[in-house]
Amino acid sequence: MALAGVCGARRACKDERGSAMHNFKENMIKRFFMLNGLLSIVILLGIFYLLLSRSLPALQEVGLKNFFAPGYWKPTAFATPQYSMLNLIRGTFMVGAGSLLFAVPLGVACATYLAEVAGSREREVLKPIIEILAGIPSVVLGFFGLVVLSPIIAQIFGLNSGINALNGSILVGIMALPTIVSLAEDAISAVPQSYRHASLALGATRWQTILRVILPAALSGIIAASMLGMGRAVGETMTVLMATGNALAKPGSFFDSVRTLSANIAIEMGEVPMGSIHYHSLFFVGLVLFIITFVINLLADIIFQRYREEF
Amino acid sequence: MRVTEILKQGKIISGKRRRDWRQEVAFFCLRISMLLVFLILLMILFDITQKGFGVISWSFLTEAPRSGMKEGGIYPAIVGTFYVTLIATFFAVPLGIMAAIYLNEYALQGRLNRLIRISLRNMAGVPSIVFGLFGVALFVQLMGFKPSLLAAGLTLGLLTLPVTVTAAEEALKAVPKSYREGGLALGATQWQMIKTLVLPSAIPGMLTGVILGLSRAAGETAPILFTGAAFFLPYLPNSPFSQFMALPYHLFILATQHHDISGVRPLAYGTAFVLLVLVFLLNLSAVLLRYRYRKKIKQA
Repeated sequence: MALAGVCGARRACKDERGSAMHNFKENMIKRFFMLNGLLSIVILLGIFYLLLSRSLPALQEVGLKNFFAPGYWKPTAFATPQYSMLNLIRGTFMVGAGSLLFAVPLGVACATYLAEVAGSREREVLKPIIEILAGIPSVVLGFFGLVVLSPIIAQIFGLNSGINALNGSILVGIMALPTIVSLAEDAISAVPQSYRHASLALGATRWQTILRVILPAALSGIIAASMLGMGRAVGETMTVLMATGNALAKPGSFFDSVRTLSANIAIEMGEVPMGSIHYHSLFFVGLVLFIITFVINLLADIIFQRYREEF
Repeated sequence: MRVTEILKQGKIISGKRRRDWRQEVAFFCLRISMLLVFLILLMILFDITQKGFGVISWSFLTEAPRSGMKEGGIYPAIVGTFYVTLIATFFAVPLGIMAAIYLNEYALQGRLNRLIRISLRNMAGVPSIVFGLFGVALFVQLMGFKPSLLAAGLTLGLLTLPVTVTAAEEALKAVPKSYREGGLALGATQWQMIKTLVLPSAIPGMLTGVILGLSRAAGETAPILFTGAAFFLPYLPNSPFSQFMALPYHLFILATQHHDISGVRPLAYGTAFVLLVLVFLLNLSAVLLRYRYRKKIKQA
């Protein structure tokens, strides 16, 4: 703020001296940087616009309603192609919810440990672990699920194949973990020190303080962190593509093979004839996926910013 | 005297409380969860290293795949990943740094600034496959690049933009305010001040963001699936408009699309290991760089 004042004063000085040329140049530079700053908005709008315009032919031909009508995703069926995304959406949310079921408790526990229990030196050692986990490429994780996790799952539950929604959920949960841990830790660390002091001074133990004071106070931040984890889980492509089996049938349980929206695009986009209804309908699948993650991320962001302002 | 006694008693009481069994159990559980995450990471790294390390040889790294990718190495995939990451970096880094300069140096706290930040954070959450579709529509078709190194590189560049902006802005924020005030007080215009004082001291920090972006781009598969990565190419890419092989895509193919999946499993492990090492080295150098830079700033 003080800096803005100084800048303003400078600008006023320049005006008095009347070096208009200089001012013009400075203004142009500022405008130029501003254009770059606006880029993220332009790209987001561009993604939305391009996906929408590419999916319009499919929307006109198939009809918005039929994309969400009961049925199957069978765009290549010879007699009556079907474009129902219901099973894909089911699969997507199954894997998303399944991954959160294990990533949220584990992530919040880790975040609590990092923020409240671990000493500063311990934290320095532990935090890179989370960062390395975040750095593992999704295709490597998918490969791991395929060759290591799936036989284990098949053996434990006595299944023919361990390539199913459960496998995908576990892997995607691992992918979402770093997001949840680091954001939840931010949220917990943001709780003012005075809360802790007050609680301890009243005679509560550290654990009572964490459980009854700090976690409730950080709740909305933790919820936002979990939602961002959900956003990542829903959009994840390579791991689910490799580990969930990609069957188009209606999934009954976590032991069934499922296909998510993202995997569906990855599977079919490479083989579809360009310009066909099928091609355009894949862009519509992309648009739906984009809108779902956009809404989740935006809600999480709003909650998180509110939370920050609160403290 | 009395005060110290009371304090000492307090310590004893709180010492007793620290041995409260519920707390012990709870902290133990938290520690176990942290350990579990560590074990998951260890298991992944161990499995890939154990089965992938033996595959690595000089010829594996420097030869092209042979006999329907059942033999030979991954040289074209390494080269392809190198090129595509390079293009992504050249595209995303200048844009990211300039956006960060606007956000940190010029922008006033207001609605526009908030909107930009919200969209940046949201852009980081856009699924990579959606970026792939966007790349197909924009670079491959509208701009007519065909599936190529260029189209894939630009798509990856867009994907890494939020990482670059965030890291560049952090580096700018770390430059002390006094630098700026001093520059302005000496009569520099705002741009002169940024150019000669702020940027030079922020560049090492920005480098961290560049490397983090690089490692993200090198490991991504979904955005390059339809924008230029090829199943198999007998030759190396010779222009920005040729298709290319890439490490992550090669791993995907060896793991799921090859006609002899169990036969090429060792090659898949080798590819996974190389990819993991590459990403790990990039991340490590970013962490070390950030560490040194922070120390330097603290000293200054």
